[in-house]
Amino acid sequence: MEHSKVTPREAQRRRLPLEKHRLEDWIGRIYTSICVVFLIAVIVSIVYFVTSKGVATFAVNGVSLTEFFFGTHWAPDAAEPSFGALPAISGSFMVTLLAALLASPLSIAAALFMTEIVPTFGKRILQPAIELLSGIPSVVYGFIGLTLIVPFLRDNVGGQGIGVGAGALVLSIMILPTITSVAADALASLPRGLREASYALGATRWQTIYRVVLPTVLPALLTGIVLGMARAFGEALAVQMVIGNAPYIPTSLLESASTLTSVITLGMGNTAMGSIQNNALWSMALVLMLMTFVFILIIRLLERRNRI
Amino acid sequence: MTTKTVNTKARTRARNADKIATVIIVALALSIVLILLGLLGFILFRGLGHISWDFLTSKPQTIREGGGIGPPLFNSLYLLIMTMIITIPLGLGGGIYMSEYAKPGKITSFIRLVVEVLSSFPSIVIGLFGLLVFVNTFNMGFSLLAGALALTIFNLPLMVRITEQAFTAVPREQKEAGLALGLSKWKIITSIMLPVAIPSLVTGTILAAGRVFGEAAALLFTSGMTTPPLNFSDWNPLHPRSPLNPLRPAETLATHIWKVNSEGLAPDAIQVAAGASAVLVIMVLIFNLLARWFGRTLYRYMTASKRMN
Repeated sequence: MEHSKVTPREAQRRRLPLEKHRLEDWIGRIYTSICVVFLIAVIVSIVYFVTSKGVATFAVNGVSLTEFFFGTHWAPDAAEPSFGALPAISGSFMVTLLAALLASPLSIAAALFMTEIVPTFGKRILQPAIELLSGIPSVVYGFIGLTLIVPFLRDNVGGQGIGVGAGALVLSIMILPTITSVAADALASLPRGLREASYALGATRWQTIYRVVLPTVLPALLTGIVLGMARAFGEALAVQMVIGNAPYIPTSLLESASTLTSVITLGMGNTAMGSIQNNALWSMALVLMLMTFVFILIIRLLERRNRI
Repeated sequence: MTTKTVNTKARTRARNADKIATVIIVALALSIVLILLGLLGFILFRGLGHISWDFLTSKPQTIREGGGIGPPLFNSLYLLIMTMIITIPLGLGGGIYMSEYAKPGKITSFIRLVVEVLSSFPSIVIGLFGLLVFVNTFNMGFSLLAGALALTIFNLPLMVRITEQAFTAVPREQKEAGLALGLSKWKIITSIMLPVAIPSLVTGTILAAGRVFGEAAALLFTSGMTTPPLNFSDWNPLHPRSPLNPLRPAETLATHIWKVNSEGLAPDAIQVAAGASAVLVIMVLIFNLLARWFGRTLYRYMTASKRMN
């Protein structure tokens, strides 16, 4: 046959497209790998730098761990400087827990409204509302807190308005969308048969929600709440604007306090790199970072429970 | 009492509980909508009155009243463009790797963990990292470039996730058709999957841009809180007073709002903050609407559903 006679030259010409394919594939592989390596390099260097700077307070400047974590006196600029970060740490935990307590019932109700009560209409109204709420920048929330929530608290509840309560209120609005969207996703992915079986037994809607739906999605709901708490714990400016920034452990919700993020925000610009005052702020950033890891660990554990 | 009446009683109680629970859930859900409407109404009501052409274009004032938001507004937009130019190629690459190249295993789950950790880092920590590495170590000073790099780190995990989801959602048959034609994997990704993924990519990117636009905590210590006097007729990026110079400090709209609120000395600081907040929220609303509209239009265009009608 004529076409079976192939010269080496001809064979090479026929192989060319294959070579081109190989080259293309290598370009794609190398390009995407570089992006991923960059991502990993970024995280490794963040962890490395924050850790090395944060540890310096204890290793280089000789501040004791007990003083930092249990000392209640934060006065880095005093003649006899003291680096007790407990007020800031406890402030962070307080506003975070309060915000989660305020936001969770609202968010779960919203998710139930969207999936169990009026699915189509609820989605059309609440979904855009939730998306918009999550899009509002945190400084705007801070501004709202300062001009709406603080005067309201001052006039109706008492005190100066600024403080832990105002901070928790602002944060609770900020984490509403996070919890709601996770909860709504979990509820929507629940197998229909579960609900139908409950209704077939003659249960009312509330009995179905309370006895069947909520227990089943509980790990996912908790995941949403922890995600919201992680966001609240790391939020800086909105909280800083309304919490009053007093370095004390507050005894009431209407008292001024401080959080890790607010102390960092205010202090970082006024301290020189490498000074003990500056390093103490980096130690606070290290605490923030470690708490991020803790939150992620909790989320992972919850997700594992969810799969079973 | 017969069992029948007990049953009826139990049933009435269950029904009543159901009604009460429904009312409570609906009330709580509607209160979210009310909160949103209240907040938007409050911001627009407080701020719109203060917005004028003069406010949008004039320079901020530190002590006197009548300050505007011209340079911060320009900085925000310029910084957003710079950030997206760096973020989009990196995020696309990372997302494509995750959805197309990554094989299930230890390395992939590690990368997934990295993305998750990076996306939940507090933005202030990213700002501090930027201060240490970009501003000090790389000697960029407080600059737009340092700010854009910090925002890139802030935005990258989201971009990776958006890309991964967009590519994973491409129907398998489309990919298989490409393989049957003997195309290379990369060719399939760029010429078959990318066009299908584009509508959700664009929607996600615009929403991410809205998030970047309002970010402030990561910028306080990277792009700085001041703007040098700018000469808006000099567009050479190498000149120190050119608005385009990437190595000049720049306060954005969001950092300006924070600064005015926390250390503003001008007598009209509250009005300036209200006006700037309204502008910021309006921009975010525009981003939101744009994302929806673009997503829908592109989807119709790419899938040719118009021709089908």
